[in-house]
Amino acid sequence: MSAAQALVLENVHKSFGRLEVLNGIDLSVAEHEVVCLIGASGSGKSTLLRCINLIEPIDQGRILVGGREITERGVDVNEVRRGIGIVFQAFNLFPHMTVLQNVTLGPHKARGLKSEEAGHEARELLGRFGLADRAEEYPDRLSGGQQQRVAIVRALAMQPRLMLLDEVTSALDPELVAEVLNVIRELAEGGMTMVIATHEMGFAADIANRVCFLDEGVLLEEGTPEQIFRSPSNPRTQEFLQRIIAAGRL
Amino acid sequence: MEGDRRSRILGGMSKDARSVTIALVSTVVFFTALALVITNSPGWDEVKNAFFNPTIFKESFPEILRAFELNIKIFCVAEVFILVFALVIAVMRSLPGPVFFPLRALAVVYTDLFRGIPTILLIFILGFGVPGLGLSGVPTSAVVWATVALIIVYSAYVAEVYRAGIESVHPSQDAAARSLGLTRGQSLRYVVVPQAVRRVIPPLLNDFIGLQKDTALVALIGPVEAFRQAQIDASATFNFTPYVVAAVIFVAFTIPLARLTDYLNARSRRQRVATGIAS
Repeated sequence: MSAAQALVLENVHKSFGRLEVLNGIDLSVAEHEVVCLIGASGSGKSTLLRCINLIEPIDQGRILVGGREITERGVDVNEVRRGIGIVFQAFNLFPHMTVLQNVTLGPHKARGLKSEEAGHEARELLGRFGLADRAEEYPDRLSGGQQQRVAIVRALAMQPRLMLLDEVTSALDPELVAEVLNVIRELAEGGMTMVIATHEMGFAADIANRVCFLDEGVLLEEGTPEQIFRSPSNPRTQEFLQRIIAAGRL
Repeated sequence: MEGDRRSRILGGMSKDARSVTIALVSTVVFFTALALVITNSPGWDEVKNAFFNPTIFKESFPEILRAFELNIKIFCVAEVFILVFALVIAVMRSLPGPVFFPLRALAVVYTDLFRGIPTILLIFILGFGVPGLGLSGVPTSAVVWATVALIIVYSAYVAEVYRAGIESVHPSQDAAARSLGLTRGQSLRYVVVPQAVRRVIPPLLNDFIGLQKDTALVALIGPVEAFRQAQIDASATFNFTPYVVAAVIFVAFTIPLARLTDYLNARSRRQRVATGIAS
């Protein structure tokens, strides 16, 4: 295990009651690598991301971020989370705060920046993603695409070393998907290490360094986008991709 | 036939003006009939003199209004303490995890106990009991302990209102806050509680209308507030009119609160429709 690994999962197990959601996941992600997780709904993609961010405690195995084990006892979970950004399918913006307050809350309260400093940084980030004129709006005044971009900016404002994106375009109207994908593409080009759970196969093929196919809590197959999308070796991967192609999504 | 005639009479009016007129006419008819029934009852003359004596009304009104000042003071002081104390209890009850079990249990026992005790009993127990202990440095005023009793009882109710608000905030909001590295306490303070409080303002005001009326219970252990003053005036004049005076004053104070509650309820309903409720 080299120090260049941004994220390492070893034999990660997670169950909810009797339902085994993750059944021994091994995965490592290098610095600046973009890994896309694909698989049917319920295959464990979201749970995997939530475990990495310590929203869900794992039952067995280890998770290392930047070479440091974060699933040990006594680890400061708040400190770990500060370094890992996560963006959710349903945006989960804070509806009682303006866009600017949404973005500055983390830097101000968790990173301990002064409020002017946090505001300055936030405006700069919002500007970079074309949201400068939305800073004083409340989330319910924004389109879904804008809300999701704000959620991405909110995560970025913590200056994470690793970003986790959980089906971030699934709740969006089709015409709003592109603006969000463009933001993610920009992050990838900037060298951000990302793990992306997605149903957008075309996007995954385009952006990922590596694609992982999850099936019933097991990482069945991984490889470059060409390998996975052109010549998948596992019959279950082939079956899944055929269904996707039949649905016109690849 | 009936409809035809009505539309001819009201024909020239707009739809709004017509419904206002109909409401006005039906109200006048109803209350005139009610007034006729009451004023034609056999005992009306005695009752009128005993409850609606204009001379006594005028004489007792200023005194009772002055005494009502105490009700307002008790109300205002109690309200501030209730708002804070009840929130503490509600947050205690909402803390997750096994570590906080004792605090959760304490909060549950508190709300169960003090929603179960009749307010008047607690006022008696504290109002007579605590000063009776003769502890130095502890206030002996009946007003103080009656107010404390109101705070204790109403906090139990208001804590449950807050808790309903806290539980109505979707867990994904807490997850989003925690994922930014905010502590559990920070997430509650900046994300969960502010949303919860906004949602429960209308039911909170409703509880405060109840509190406003219950300030009259303080009278039963001695302090002279509006109800007690009315009692004094009533026994001095052998007439019940002072009670009506007190009732009028209480109602005049609660009506604005009630309208404000209605207004806030309507507004939050409109907002919910407008935003389609974010999950």
